[in-house]
Amino acid sequence: MSLIPRDRRLRDLAILLGMALVLTAAFYAFPDNLAFATRVIIMMIFVLSLDFVLGVAGVSTLGHSALFGAGAYAAGLCAAHGWNEPLLGVVAGAAAAAFVALLSGLFLMRTRGLTLLMLTIAVTEVLGELANKFSDITGGADGLDIVMGPILGVFKFDFRGQVGYVYAACMLLLVFAFLRILIASPFGLAARGIKESPARMRAIGAPVYWRLVAIYTLGGALAGIAGALSAQSTSLVSPAVFDFQLSANALIMLILGGAGRLYGALFGTLVFMSVHEVAASVDPFNWLFIIGALLLAVVYVAPAGLLSLPDLVKRQLRFSR
Amino acid sequence: MSAGLQIRGLSKSFGGLAVAREINFDLAPGDRKALIGPNGAGKSTFANLLTGALTPSAGEIRLDGRDIGRLGEAARVKAGIAKTFQITTLFQDLTVRENILLPVLERRGAALRMFRRADADAQANAEVEALMAQFKLNPFAEVRVGDLAYGQQRLVEMTVALALKPRILILDEPAAGVPTGENHLITDAIAALPADLSVLIIEHDMALVFKVARAIVVLVAGAILVEGAPREIAANPRVRDLYLGSRHG
Ligand SMILES: Nc1ncnc2c1ncn2[C@@H]1O[C@H](COP(=O)(O)OP(=O)(O)OP(=O)(O)O)[C@@H](O)[C@H]1O
Ligand SMILES: [Mg+2]
Repeated sequence: MSLIPRDRRLRDLAILLGMALVLTAAFYAFPDNLAFATRVIIMMIFVLSLDFVLGVAGVSTLGHSALFGAGAYAAGLCAAHGWNEPLLGVVAGAAAAAFVALLSGLFLMRTRGLTLLMLTIAVTEVLGELANKFSDITGGADGLDIVMGPILGVFKFDFRGQVGYVYAACMLLLVFAFLRILIASPFGLAARGIKESPARMRAIGAPVYWRLVAIYTLGGALAGIAGALSAQSTSLVSPAVFDFQLSANALIMLILGGAGRLYGALFGTLVFMSVHEVAASVDPFNWLFIIGALLLAVVYVAPAGLLSLPDLVKRQLRFSR
Repeated sequence: MSAGLQIRGLSKSFGGLAVAREINFDLAPGDRKALIGPNGAGKSTFANLLTGALTPSAGEIRLDGRDIGRLGEAARVKAGIAKTFQITTLFQDLTVRENILLPVLERRGAALRMFRRADADAQANAEVEALMAQFKLNPFAEVRVGDLAYGQQRLVEMTVALALKPRILILDEPAAGVPTGENHLITDAIAALPADLSVLIIEHDMALVFKVARAIVVLVAGAILVEGAPREIAANPRVRDLYLGSRHG
C-alpha cells in the first residue's frame, strides 16, 4: 500500500496539492530569495512546455526561445502601451507565441531531425534580428522598460517579490495541471504515438503533420506564458530573450531531470538553476564545468534523467540480492 | 461499378528502378489472396502503393468504383484500407491496450479531445476489450508492447489494423520473425477474420500461404507472373523453378 491514492483523478489532485505545499514552504523558507525562486518557477513553466513538445511528442527543437521571446515581447508591448494588468499580458504572450509557433510550425513540422533543429535555430535568430531592427517598436538592443500594474487591479507587485512569487507559482500550478490533463487525453496519447512511430500514426489514419502543428502551437502558447511572466517579473524585455543559450539550457534541464514525464522538467530545472546559482557565486567563470560534469554523469548513469535514479537503484538492489 | 479493389496499370519506379510494372489486380469482398515472390520483387512496395504511403508513377486504384489513387494515407484509412507492417512499427513504449486504443480513437474521431481522459471513453474501451478478447491479448493488456514476445507483437500488429474496421486488410508478412511454434497464433487469427473482409497476405512461408489463401498472385521483378488457385500455382513449372531455385521452398 502507498500513500498515493489509486484513483487517477484523486492522485492528480494529491500531486497538485503536494506541489502547492512545496511552493508555499519555499515561500516561507527563503523569504530573501524570492526573486531567484520566481525565476526558477518561470523557467519550470518554460521547460514544461519544452517537455510537451520534445519529451512527449518527440519534436526536436533548439529554438524554443523563439516562443519564449514572442511571449515576452507581447507582454512587454502590452505593458508599454498602457495595458499593464499582468494577466492580460500573459494572455497576450500566450496568444502571440502560439501565433508564432503556428506560422513557423507550418513549415517546421514538414521537416525532421537535423534539418528541423537547424530551422528552429534559424527562426529564433530571425526573430532576434527583427527585435533589434524594429527599434521604434521594440526599443532595439536596449529593449523595453515596463511598469506593471496590480494583478486584477488589486495585488501590487511589492519590492520583496512576494506577490510576484505567488503569481508565478499559481501560473506554474495551472500550466502543470493543464499538461497533466492534456497528456492523459486522447490528444496527448496521440502525441506520444507520434513520438513512438509517426509512420504507424499515419497508418492508423492520423493526420500527423497537422497534429504536430497543433502540438507545436500549444507548446508555443505555454512557452509564451513563461516569456510573459519573465518580462513582467523583471520589468524588462530585450533581444536577449531570443538567445540560443536559453533554448540550449532548457534542453539541458529537461535531459537532466528526464524528458516526457513533466516531473523531470520540474526537477531538472530546480537542480540546474540551483547548481548554477551556487556555483556561479563561488566561481562566476567556471560554473559551466560543474553543469557539464553533472550532465555527463546523468547521461552515463541514468540516461532517462535524475528522476529515473530511484528506479535504477531499486533494480540494482534487486539484482545484488 | 464493382465492389472491392480494382487496380489497373499500377507502376512505380524509384529513380531508374521499376519496382511495380503495370500491375492489374482485383480484390473482392471476402477474398483471401496471397501475394508471393522473391525478395525484392516489390511486394511491400505494392502494399505501400495501396495504402498511400507511396505515390504511384502511373495507373489507377479504385475502391468500389471510386478513384482513391490521389488520396493521402489518412483518407485511405477512412475509405477502409488497413495494413500491417512487415517489420513491426508498434508503439513500443505504450501498453497493448494503448496501442489498440489509439486506432479506435482515431477511427471514432475522438483523437482531438483534450479535456477528457483517453481511458475514460466507455465505448472505445468496450471496443478495445472485444478486440483483445478476439486475439486472446487480455492477459497482456497492461504490458508494454516492447516487452512482449515477438509472436504476440505480430498479433497486436494485426489487432491494431483491425481496430480501424477496414474492408480491405493487407498483411505484409504477418508471420515474419515468428518462431514456428507460434505460427498457429497467426493462422488462427487469420482464420477468425470476418468473412466479408477482403484480405491480401504477403508471405514467404508457403505452408502458411496454402493454409489461408484461396488465390495466389506471383510477383517477380515488379510484374505479375501468374495468378491462380493454390493448386495451379503449386503445379506451375515457372513458379516451381523460381521457388526451388531460391532459399524459400
Ligand atoms: N524507398 C525506396 N527507394 C529506393 N528503392 C526502394 C525503396 N523501397 C524499396 N526499394 C527497392 O524496391 C525493390 C522492391 O522492394 P520491396 O520492399 O517492395 O520488396 P519485397 O518484395 O517486399 O521484398 P521482401 O520479400 O524482402 O520484403 C527492392 O529492390 C528495394 O531495394
Ligand atoms: Mg517486403
